[in-house]
Amino acid sequence: MAEEGGGVSRAFRLLPIVLLVWVLLAFAWRLIQPPDPTVRSQLVNREVPQFVLQPVVAGIPGLTSADLGTGEPRLLNLFGSWCIPCIGEAPVLEELQQKGVKIDGIAIRDTASGVTAFLSRHGNPYARIGSDPNSNVQLALGSAGVPETFIVDGKGVIRRQYVGPIGPSDVPKIVAELAALR
Amino acid sequence: MRAIALALGLMLAVPVFGQSNMPPSYWAYRQLPDAKQEAKAQALMQELRCLVCQGQSIADSDAELAGDMRDLVRRRIAAGERPEQIRGWLIERYGDWVSYRPSTAPIAWPLWAAPLILLIFGGAIVAGRLKRKRS
Repeated sequence: MAEEGGGVSRAFRLLPIVLLVWVLLAFAWRLIQPPDPTVRSQLVNREVPQFVLQPVVAGIPGLTSADLGTGEPRLLNLFGSWCIPCIGEAPVLEELQQKGVKIDGIAIRDTASGVTAFLSRHGNPYARIGSDPNSNVQLALGSAGVPETFIVDGKGVIRRQYVGPIGPSDVPKIVAELAALR
Repeated sequence: MRAIALALGLMLAVPVFGQSNMPPSYWAYRQLPDAKQEAKAQALMQELRCLVCQGQSIADSDAELAGDMRDLVRRRIAAGERPEQIRGWLIERYGDWVSYRPSTAPIAWPLWAAPLILLIFGGAIVAGRLKRKRS
């Protein structure tokens, strides 16, 4: 059997092997470098969506979107008294508050008794805490879990999102970021 | 014996993460009274990604946030919003990733063109073979 269009035909025969290698390389790449499952909000560098949240505990005012963007950059922290990593984050927020950082909180799917117990045990760094019992505002912010922290500038524009608990090493960075926004 | 006790204990244990202090949202596990609206909500929920159990739809997921998303979808559908508006609202916040329906944006064009290209490619091979046989 003589080959007709020799060069083209041979290239054609190599095609399945090339495709196989390509697929295997794709598998290897994803095995070596697993995809990052972090959900990032698309609202960074955009205005905070409008919301009005009732207070969750007596003595601490609720939170509305109008409370953000009053000329001073603030932190907006989404937490829950049922959230274990939030306990680890609490002293870091406290440290930020002692450095003069203004922090507002949104309690996700939480009760008055739960938040009261959480604050008395782990300290209260919040100026305001709004209650978000159905995760409505969490969804409006493009957030997918707790804890998450947004940096909101003086005009009410979201400047940065921290997914997961803030660590002690983030403190100087956050203080500098807020100072730069002032 | 201790191993069995431990296994039994683990079976009784409640997962620590993702269990909040609140019961599921009202519409999380309830159907809308209007069958037509429920069908619309159901179709949309099948195409929205759960943010917690990524890879599942919010219709399939038992994560609390998925329940809250179903609540949001059903309430908005009941209020007369179109499914595409709700999808758009979520895409604005989470990106195209949150919707399982492939977008028609230019970045997805190769995806839409792929079946056509493969069909032409396959047809060319078959045509070539048939021609060779005949000659």
